Amino acid sequence: MPVLTPDMVRSSGASWPDVRSSALARAAAAPFPTTDLEHWRYSRIDELDLARFAPADTPSTVTGGGADAVITRVATSAASADASFTRLFPSNVHDLELFAALNLAHMDVIVVSVAANKVVSEPVVITHQLGGSGKAFFPRVVVEAGRNSEVTVVERFVSPDGDALLVVPVLDVRAEQAARVRYLGINELGTSSWLIGDQQSSGDRDSDTLLATVALGGDYARVSTAARLIGQGGNTRQVALYFAGGTQMHDFRTLQEHVSPRTTSDLLFKGAVQDTAKSVYTGLIKIHKDAKGSAAFQTNRNLTLSHGAWAESVPNLDIETNDVKCSHASTVGPIDEEQLFYLESRGVRPDVAQRLVVLGFFDEVLAQLPVGELATSLRAQVSRKLAIGEQS
Amino acid sequence: MSTLDIRGLTATVAGKQILNGIDLTISSGEVHAVMGPNGAGKSTLSAVIMGKPGYTVTGGQVLLDGVDMLALPTWKRAAAGLHLVMQYPTEVPGVQLDAMLAEALRDRGREKDVATLGATLRAEAGRINFDEKFLDRALNVDLSGGEKKRNETLQMSVLKPKIAILDELDSGLDVDALRDCARRVMDATREDNLGALVITHYSRLLEELRPSRVHILVKGRIVQSGGPELADVLERDGYATFSATFSA
Repeated sequence: MPVLTPDMVRSSGASWPDVRSSALARAAAAPFPTTDLEHWRYSRIDELDLARFAPADTPSTVTGGGADAVITRVATSAASADASFTRLFPSNVHDLELFAALNLAHMDVIVVSVAANKVVSEPVVITHQLGGSGKAFFPRVVVEAGRNSEVTVVERFVSPDGDALLVVPVLDVRAEQAARVRYLGINELGTSSWLIGDQQSSGDRDSDTLLATVALGGDYARVSTAARLIGQGGNTRQVALYFAGGTQMHDFRTLQEHVSPRTTSDLLFKGAVQDTAKSVYTGLIKIHKDAKGSAAFQTNRNLTLSHGAWAESVPNLDIETNDVKCSHASTVGPIDEEQLFYLESRGVRPDVAQRLVVLGFFDEVLAQLPVGELATSLRAQVSRKLAIGEQS
Repeated sequence: MSTLDIRGLTATVAGKQILNGIDLTISSGEVHAVMGPNGAGKSTLSAVIMGKPGYTVTGGQVLLDGVDMLALPTWKRAAAGLHLVMQYPTEVPGVQLDAMLAEALRDRGREKDVATLGATLRAEAGRINFDEKFLDRALNVDLSGGEKKRNETLQMSVLKPKIAILDELDSGLDVDALRDCARRVMDATREDNLGALVITHYSRLLEELRPSRVHILVKGRIVQSGGPELADVLERDGYATFSATFSA
């Protein structure tokens, strides 16, 4: 049986000489995480047996973008790659945690590069059409936005319901001075798929980044996002809509990290759980000593639609300077009874009233998604999922 | 011709008896006012008729054309022809007025009205000076007190209930909005044969919304009923007279 071992990939001869082999060594040495670690608390990491998966090439399609978005793809199986790309990967792999190392070792890379002052008006749409039980996929999307450029990237994860596969994606967004980058990740994975994702963005001076997530699929889907503001005046926003049903679990970790002065960040995560599904949101606002005059906001709201469903919300602040404006808010609870009564008192059926209220709850996030045209179909998917929850 | 018949209605809130046996009969085209001091049970009466959670009916009946409303869930009471104009309309973020009304009409089998809903809303908004820009807002979100009541009145006009209960229509709105809403209700009693049960603390509202019958509610019971002149007595003497009557 093929397993995720360094030997296996070495024997395939499919590694980039340095980055991949050192990442492989790190992956072999990195400890397997447990829920005793704060970072993995509440997670289902204990259920994951990596030996059940073998790495596979990620079947991805890329559309849109146009001439000003330069797309470069380097598949796992590529024997060699342009050495200049090594700048896009971490040089020191020794501190990488297991999944970061695994991704680096097995990655299929898609680089979206936009030169300075170029505005890419049509979104770049990357679709990972995954399939096959026992397969593991390691897509890595790097977005390089040059000075004062603008680009929107949509990344979709799709798989059939029955396929017990693992996807370990990495997103790496680099916004140079005054660049505007909007990203939307959509999890439409089947109900047997696992996702353990890592996202990071770094925003230089006066840059503006938006990291949006819509999570509907997966058995266990975890996304850890770190948005760093490294140049003064930078702004970053994170928004997410997540909706777990059946026995699904969605698990989010977010970091808003203010390194430089006068940086601003905002976060709005809204989730719902039905049946016996679970969700976790753990968010940290970290403001460094030098990041004076910064402002950071964080809001997480959760609806528990069934008695058996469970949601956890853990907001945290770590602030090293007084000269900041910060707020966080989090709620977990059932649908507001007064809202349902209002709709029902007009003659709206209870199931329809519930659907309207939940869709209304998510509307605030849908309205902020970078590709407005997608909101309609995503709204319809949420609506269908609510109907399934009612029948079960 | 429809009739709402309330017979011996008693109810508790959190174990406390609030309604002590209400008897009221309202028919199509009529306007009845229920007046009472704070704590008399006015809002409880409207909540219980509509089936709001948190209120327990301990006795009596609420019949609409002979059908027992208390046995029906809230949405079926509304579909049967009852409507509640709320004192404090609930904010429902992200839910548009037209989306809700479309579902409400659909559940009543009024597909044809769904098709013309947009035009109906604009026409009705014009009648009560409700700015059309508010039609695109989420329900009651970022609306002033007056706009909320116009919005409530607008919904009533579109849904065309048989009997409407107006709970403190006059609270939290200015004189212009009060007049616009009250006149629209009066029009509905003539045009659509609406029966209106107007619950209010002050007689000011009744200058616009002219009742044929006035009932005085004190301590959960109707202590006196009469013609419109009863409101004038109340205006002059206050509730003290009626409270005394009840205690004696």
